[in-house]
Amino acid sequence: MENGMKQITIHRDWCKQCGICASFCPKKVLELVKGYPEAVRPEDCIGCMLCEMRCPDFAISVKTED
Amino acid sequence: MLQDYLLEENLPHFWCAGCGSGIVLQSLLRNIDKQGWKREDTVVVTGIGCWGKADDYIKTNTFHGTHGRALAFSTGIKLANPDLHVFTLMGDGDGITIGGNHLIHAARRNIDLVAIMVNNLNYGMTGGQYSGTTPRDAITKTSPYGHIETGFDVCRVVQAAGGSFVARGTVYDVVQLNKLIEQAIAHKGFSFVEVISPCPTHFGRSNHMAAAVEMMRWIKEQTVPLARAASMSPQELEGKFVTGVFENSQREDYSTAYQRVVDRLKGEAG
Repeated sequence: MENGMKQITIHRDWCKQCGICASFCPKKVLELVKGYPEAVRPEDCIGCMLCEMRCPDFAISVKTED
Repeated sequence: MLQDYLLEENLPHFWCAGCGSGIVLQSLLRNIDKQGWKREDTVVVTGIGCWGKADDYIKTNTFHGTHGRALAFSTGIKLANPDLHVFTLMGDGDGITIGGNHLIHAARRNIDLVAIMVNNLNYGMTGGQYSGTTPRDAITKTSPYGHIETGFDVCRVVQAAGGSFVARGTVYDVVQLNKLIEQAIAHKGFSFVEVISPCPTHFGRSNHMAAAVEMMRWIKEQTVPLARAASMSPQELEGKFVTGVFENSQREDYSTAYQRVVDRLKGEAG
């Protein structure tokens, strides 16, 4: 998922579908689609990294260009 | 990089969906990575319990000990080689229930290490029995009619015992958690961080919060920052998780005091 400066990657093999990432995303970028998170509004991502840091399964990485 | 410390080949990890242990592990490993140490100069010591499985996913030296004794092994490791960076990972069962005696004495001795106690308010691995931190009235497998005991305020215990850095955070406020672990690493002496963490599988399911998100929301709602707690009554604070740094003071750590005595005796002998 490209968003100019941010790239959100979901590692489905490690995801346990707890839903924490989508529920607490401050910009509602993530939604659960068939149980797995997807960046449905990547253009709204502010790169706060909360989804990555709160993911208990190391299953999200948000890359921001420095 | 996180990947320098995370054993990715062992993922997905063993923890349940929505268990907070992985969040604490990520915060810890990112903080260790920032230190610029050599991996072989760090030892992560764990005990028994869900959080005690963390050493399976860490690329430093690790030591997996017996239940409640993680701090006893850590004390030995630190005394044998004071140059090592020692991290002790315990749950509430390991840290304050079965291992409570080791906790107060490691704090009293001011052993220079970082102890991270993940408090999920029950014995998760064995099926959700109450622990020394289970809140009053909570339902667990061994308190089906509501827990009649009061849980420990572990930070107050460690502070009273002499811990020189004492803090509490939650996995909900992960930005604060990162900072607390960073401060604990920077501190010389016994550095204790308690992390309130969800166990949706047992504690959550028994207390009408079976979904991980519900437990996270509950933790958020029960959290009171230290500054706000100062103006609240004990009744208002009942069952709340007060977060922040409770103690951050300088006191000679055990290894330094020990070396001082060795040097003095050598001088007298020479």
